[in-house]
Amino acid sequence: MARKAQATWDTVISVLNAAKPAQSLRFNRGHLISFLLLLALWIVFSGRFDGFHLAMGVLASALVARLSGGLIFTRPAPKGLPRLWGRLIAYLPWLLYQIFRANLHVLYLVFHPRMMDKINPKIIKFDSRLKSDYARTLFANAITLTPGTITVDVTALGRFAVHCIDDVSGDPLPGQMEERIARVFEK
Amino acid sequence: MDLMAIVLLCGGLFFFTGGAIGILRFPDFYSRLHPAGKLDTAGQLLALSAVALIILDDLSREHLLTAAKIGLIVVFVYLTSPTATHAIVDAGVRAGLRPWEKRPAGETTDDDLG
Repeated sequence: MARKAQATWDTVISVLNAAKPAQSLRFNRGHLISFLLLLALWIVFSGRFDGFHLAMGVLASALVARLSGGLIFTRPAPKGLPRLWGRLIAYLPWLLYQIFRANLHVLYLVFHPRMMDKINPKIIKFDSRLKSDYARTLFANAITLTPGTITVDVTALGRFAVHCIDDVSGDPLPGQMEERIARVFEK
Repeated sequence: MDLMAIVLLCGGLFFFTGGAIGILRFPDFYSRLHPAGKLDTAGQLLALSAVALIILDDLSREHLLTAAKIGLIVVFVYLTSPTATHAIVDAGVRAGLRPWEKRPAGETTDDDLG
């Protein structure tokens, strides 16, 4: 399945490059993914399905993808993309549950009469074993999305600095969350 | 359907209220960002799901599209809100603002700012 999708990608890209343009003008996978994303957004936002509006969408998305596709995907996309997306989507419900749980915890802190005794703000540091930029970005994003913890800094070597509001929020890091993201990206 | 929407909407408002009170109660710049940036994302998820539910009550293509747009708002906020929060924290660290801590101020070292 994955190999078939790969072949389809390659075919579409080679068709787009049929005129053998100069290296800087060639289409790559990043452009194609940007184009499809933009087109999907266009269709949702416009809400019209007649030929004229769809053609406008195709034109506009192609132009924008061609001009700025390199901004969205700066690196070659990771291998095995369809399966990666599958695992990413499978990870989202867990993340939502964590966000919900942590939200309740911060809410509890906010309304606690002796809030000052309960909280213990501090910056913790740890080394992450995640290697790719995508994985680190997702991890940093997940940390900040989960209330009680904010990513302050990530170094190029994968050292995370995280501000946490109390011990309960900070202690589980990196822990299970990192493990889940590692499972998405590095299987 | 309406009842569920009302429950969700009230839940969302409760989170928003908590966020506002948290901003007032927490001790310093960094800790205030926790309720400001996060309880809002939970609040908007609940409130916007309520709005989507109300719209989907009458199922048609236009309403489905509107619901999809509302879903996209949620997705974008979940991408941009942590980024914005991180940018604010980063600005604080770069400016040299030290986080409020429980231990005596004398023990805070430059190492905390990494």
